[in-house]
Amino acid sequence: MIGAGMTLFRRRLQETPKELCYEAARMALDSAGLDLADVNMVVSGSAPDAFDGVHMKGEYFLDGCGGYRKPYTRVYTGGGTGVFSTIAGWWHVASGLADVVLVVNEEKMSSCQPHPQSVFANIWDPILDRPLKPNLVWIFAMEMNRYMTVHKVRKEDIALVAVKNKRNAVEHPCAQLADPNITVDDVLRSEVMAWPVQRLDISPPSDGAAAVVLASEDFIRRRKIRDRAWISGVGWAIDSTMWTNRDLYFPEYVARAAKMAYKMAKIDAPRRQIDFAEPYDPFDYKELHHLEGLLLADKGEAPILTREGVTQRDGKLPVCPSGGLLGVGNPIAATLGMKIGELFWQLTGQAGGRQIPHEVHTGVSQAWGDLMQYGCVVVMKA
Amino acid sequence: MRVGIIGIGMTAFRPSTPEYSWKELMFEAASRAYADAGVDPRTDVDSFVTCAEDYYEGFGIFDEFVPDQLGAVLRPTCTIPGDGLQGLANAFMQIQTGLVQVAVVEAHSKASDVLTLDGVVEHALDPIWNKPIEMHPFVVAGLEADAYLRASRTSLKALAAVVSKNRRNGLRNPLAAYGADVEEEQVARSEERFAPLRSLDIARPADVCVVLVVASERAAKKFHANPVWIRGVGWASDSPTLETRDWAGATYARLAAEMAYRHAKVRRAATEIDFAEVDDRFSYKEPQHLEAIGLARKGEAGKRALKGEYGPDGRLPVNVSGGSLGCGNVFEATGLHRAAEVALQLRGDAGSRQLDGVKLGVAQAWRFVPSATGAVAVLGVAR
Repeated sequence: MIGAGMTLFRRRLQETPKELCYEAARMALDSAGLDLADVNMVVSGSAPDAFDGVHMKGEYFLDGCGGYRKPYTRVYTGGGTGVFSTIAGWWHVASGLADVVLVVNEEKMSSCQPHPQSVFANIWDPILDRPLKPNLVWIFAMEMNRYMTVHKVRKEDIALVAVKNKRNAVEHPCAQLADPNITVDDVLRSEVMAWPVQRLDISPPSDGAAAVVLASEDFIRRRKIRDRAWISGVGWAIDSTMWTNRDLYFPEYVARAAKMAYKMAKIDAPRRQIDFAEPYDPFDYKELHHLEGLLLADKGEAPILTREGVTQRDGKLPVCPSGGLLGVGNPIAATLGMKIGELFWQLTGQAGGRQIPHEVHTGVSQAWGDLMQYGCVVVMKA
Repeated sequence: MRVGIIGIGMTAFRPSTPEYSWKELMFEAASRAYADAGVDPRTDVDSFVTCAEDYYEGFGIFDEFVPDQLGAVLRPTCTIPGDGLQGLANAFMQIQTGLVQVAVVEAHSKASDVLTLDGVVEHALDPIWNKPIEMHPFVVAGLEADAYLRASRTSLKALAAVVSKNRRNGLRNPLAAYGADVEEEQVARSEERFAPLRSLDIARPADVCVVLVVASERAAKKFHANPVWIRGVGWASDSPTLETRDWAGATYARLAAEMAYRHAKVRRAATEIDFAEVDDRFSYKEPQHLEAIGLARKGEAGKRALKGEYGPDGRLPVNVSGGSLGCGNVFEATGLHRAAEVALQLRGDAGSRQLDGVKLGVAQAWRFVPSATGAVAVLGVAR
């Protein structure tokens, strides 16, 4: 990976989806010191078409992504797209078919009126789930409840994640919901959405785009590019559609994806070999859930690590040093900027005020999607 | 590394399939493909790729509904919102990395479930510049047909010959939904729709599911398969904006073919390729695509169609399956169906429509209106 870029994340941006893609792509190419002419192929990622209200939206914004007259593909794995598009970009290069691939992720949720949550009314099994009129907040409330019940986790310990990430985001120039003064009490006193989920446990809907540039080892050598980080492991897995048939306390699909990525990256002791992590944190409990799925904490141990400060930016295992989705925002696929982009910036020493104070060599990034069933994992090394 | 198709599974094309859900269609096609390849999806397959678009499926996130019926639970699976050939290209790349040995590519259409198909396609028009005009999206195809016919001096009679050939070819394909003995005059007399296109120039929607099992050479040996090799893949997009694209020449198809031929080391496509399956969802698309992918000189595909050169016994058999006009428009499954058909011919499994002695075939598809995206695969067997 030789470049990354992202737009501001905001609840409502004026730019069209094409323009958001263009801005992120332009920044990523500038950061890599390349022109569009250097790019062989383009991969894009975006979540529901219904947000933008455009059918085949990958076709619609492809010129904004730089896909004009190039081999261009969109990939889509729900919320997992934030990390998955990089995996697809990786196989474009690792297959030998491309030297340089531009990966662009976009989401414009504000076009969806009155609220993007209404799109999620259409993600359920039409026979078994839809008649119950579920929404995402309440099924995640069920998952959070299950996690808290099995491991006897206190709400205060989960709220610590929201506090940490919103504070980490203060140093992120694109952040939508950074708050330097937020406390656990603020989270616990915020409006109850569906118990135990409260308003400050959730990341916001956002507009935004992010992009990264991937290149072959040969190209990087030839062009003598210094700011680069290597993708050393990729993994992805999907669980059954029937979420009602699974025990929600542990994300087995994340563990499968992580094991696949660790095997490829030759990591056999992830807790020793991984220096920092960017797990997907659309809800504060998800960071904990995913740390356990990523095998960076034992089952039920992640809240304890959080309470002990291990996951702070200056802790032993910094987690979401970017500020994550809770602090920077959650334009679904465009979270590429915090998940993958942050790994690149941290590993190349370009994270500015967010730079982890001690030296880091290996980072892991993970995204989560579909009906609480999709996990994808990327391991990157300096 | 060589990558080959080792399993083919298809359901029949049907105008509607009321007794089956899309999941059951997928299960049926996947079961056939796995049986054909002799693989167990739960242990032998390393990656699953589905090609689907949310709006066609009627879901907010279709990817959710993929794993169970494919045997892909807790395994690497992803959705490519694109044509089946783009899915095949991604499976091809996954195998080329060495991370994946066996991959499964699935694409389907359950168009009969969609109550407002025209409305869905209309939502693909640019929301600011084009949708406010409130035109039917097939107007784009009508305008493009006009541009192509003028630029290539192709006659309307040539389009009628394409329709007649492909509908008749459909009669010899037991899976086709729209096989019929259609006379050229019938096409010219059919209702005028999107000038210059008439109702018989437009492929009608159908339901289907197509599943291919793709494997590295090593894995193919392990399963004692007789693979059809993917010699080359290519995919490309022209401008998505109606106002700035090439209307006459199907540039996306030309670029995709150039890429696929480069991989396949095909230098003179017109002489090296034995037969082709090209996207004909509007009659003019067949000659337009044949010219774009180098199988006919510019302006000659229509004339050759009139001479019968593209018939099953002609110099270059095109759409022996019946194409989309004969089988039905199956949206994102179009390209995968074409790849499956080419593979069946190359294996000698095409039944009563089998061509003699074919060794190298090409499959080409487009992402339908209003896109300017398409893909090409060159498939071959050693004989």
